[in-house]
Amino acid sequence: MITQVSSSLYHQLITTFDDGLVGKDALETIRRNAFLRFKEQGFPSNKQEDWKYTNLSLVLDKSYTLSACSQASLVLDRAEIPGLDTYRLVVVNGKFRADLSDHIVQKGVYICAIEEAYAQPGFHEHFAQYADKTDDAFVALNTALFQSGLFIHVAKNTALDKSIQVIHVSSSVESQFGQTRNLFILEENTEAEIVESFIAQDSESNSLYNNVSELVLSENAKLQHYYLQTGNTSANYINHTEVYQKRHSLYNQYNCTFPGASFVRNTINVRLDDQNVESHLYGITLTAQDQLVDNHTIVDHLKANCESYEWYKNITQDTSTAVFNGKIFVRTDAQKTNAFQQNNNMLIGEKSVIYTKPQLEIFADDVKCSHGCTIGQFDEDALFYLRARGIGEEKARVLMVHAFAFDVTERFSNEFVRHYVDELIEKGLKIT
Amino acid sequence: MLSIKNLQASVEDKQILKGLNLEVKAGEVHAIMGPNGSGKSTLASVLAGRESYEVNGGEVFLDGKNLLDLSPEDRAREGLFLAFQYPIEIPGVSNINFLKTAVNEIRAYQGLPPMEAKEFLQRVKEKQKLVEFDAKLANRSLNEGFSGGEKKRNEIFQLAMLEPKLAILDETDSGLDIDALRIVANGVNQLRSKDNAFIVITHYQRLLEYIVPDFVHVLYKGRIVRSGTKELALELEEKGYDWLKESVDAEEKAAL
Repeated sequence: MITQVSSSLYHQLITTFDDGLVGKDALETIRRNAFLRFKEQGFPSNKQEDWKYTNLSLVLDKSYTLSACSQASLVLDRAEIPGLDTYRLVVVNGKFRADLSDHIVQKGVYICAIEEAYAQPGFHEHFAQYADKTDDAFVALNTALFQSGLFIHVAKNTALDKSIQVIHVSSSVESQFGQTRNLFILEENTEAEIVESFIAQDSESNSLYNNVSELVLSENAKLQHYYLQTGNTSANYINHTEVYQKRHSLYNQYNCTFPGASFVRNTINVRLDDQNVESHLYGITLTAQDQLVDNHTIVDHLKANCESYEWYKNITQDTSTAVFNGKIFVRTDAQKTNAFQQNNNMLIGEKSVIYTKPQLEIFADDVKCSHGCTIGQFDEDALFYLRARGIGEEKARVLMVHAFAFDVTERFSNEFVRHYVDELIEKGLKIT
Repeated sequence: MLSIKNLQASVEDKQILKGLNLEVKAGEVHAIMGPNGSGKSTLASVLAGRESYEVNGGEVFLDGKNLLDLSPEDRAREGLFLAFQYPIEIPGVSNINFLKTAVNEIRAYQGLPPMEAKEFLQRVKEKQKLVEFDAKLANRSLNEGFSGGEKKRNEIFQLAMLEPKLAILDETDSGLDIDALRIVANGVNQLRSKDNAFIVITHYQRLLEYIVPDFVHVLYKGRIVRSGTKELALELEEKGYDWLKESVDAEEKAAL
């Protein structure tokens, strides 16, 4: 059923594909099938549970250009994390720019634009094997029409000597609809840290990005994965992250969103498809003005003896909206699962809104699962206590928000990122 | 140092303080006693600037500064300190970080640069000893999971660190066992000097055996109805408040 026939973007995209703009490449069959799925489904509407609180018409009922024209000069300072030495990879308007990126010489690490990776080992084995199984129209659309993105391959027994920082820059002169596709493969016994920063250049335009990342963690792979959303009102994001984990692998995600981008939807699915897998999802969302930030997560326990731990904190200011949906599946085979989920919310703006929904679906009988959710406001007594010791009101508020976020920020594996995030929280609070 | 004239204050339209007068000079310790509901804690809250209390009249000056015009933080920066009856737990804010922020905010107000880390730690060490405050507690989150006694001791530790001109102890003795009481009182006594002053609010005479006051005032129906020396506290301990209430009520009636 096509639910958004009126969407101009939908029509534009349908025509594009039929025009053959994509051209024939090695993925033709995959793309064609994905396109049919998208064409049939159309964009979701808020009648669908997963989009109930996130009004897509805000970003879909607009016209976009499908080929971006980048601004002349790029300023990447915003993404700089003080003290952190990284391999820097730059993606501009969805396109990987090797000319702006560091060349990684470490043996066992291979990085290229995804459109140049079709012949790389592992590509066909993993590409579109995970995210595309989700019935998500945005994933289908991305698979059908993505033009660029990043391919990272870490070969067996390799530990990265530095973090990789991926800087996603939105720098379009006109309002662009961009689609980035990433595939990160960590082979057996590997270790890596990937920090993805989202920034936008100041612009009058209003772009929309539909990004899909597939991450594969083979046996005994360890990945620390940061998302730092620090865009501005010129860019909106629909991000899908699909993580597939094998035995003894560890995936830690730290998903941070700050005031800026008006519309951010993160769909994060983690599939624990082997025994003794460990996954941690941490989230900090600080919103301001009329921003909407929606985090939809799925932790899918498919096999026995796995552990997952999820903790999301939302802080809403002004008239902003935060959405959290945390689904945990424990499938029939997933005995001895240990799953934890916690979501705490702090409403600062009197007219801000939080929608939160923890959802547990348990089909095994010998498991340990817990979840909790709180919604609160500034504790006025605590605020007075701090002020009565000479701490100014603004500083006292910052201290209290830091304290609120602390359960999550203290888990950050990288102290430079932690400091950077603490500072972004402070800055994000001053906007109002 | 502190001059309170005809102070009137209400909370949620209920008049609590009905014309309170008090003069405190540097080097003095004043005890304020009184039955439940007489307005003792209201007085502490109003002086510290809690926003849920409304001041309807009167004035309060601290060394010439009109306190009632100042925000709670500026009152603290001017040298006022309130030891809370119920100290607040703030998980995620470390005790030390909190103190460092407070010390430096006060210094900034006085036009001083932030305290050197070494000097700060030196002072922490010294003051911890003074109030026998466990170093492990200082590194924990602010009051989180502290026992009642530990929280009260933390208040006195903060008092020692911030070195205010005027400290108000709001029922600091409540919930303390005799050992904790002695430690807290001992800390306060060591902090007494000719340059600072204390207002000790308490129900019981017990605390005043350890912190010996220069003056004792009895608060009743929002006013100070009797003032005297430490002997007044002993008299109250012996006779209770009823005789005083009766005589004040009779005076009121006669005035009508």
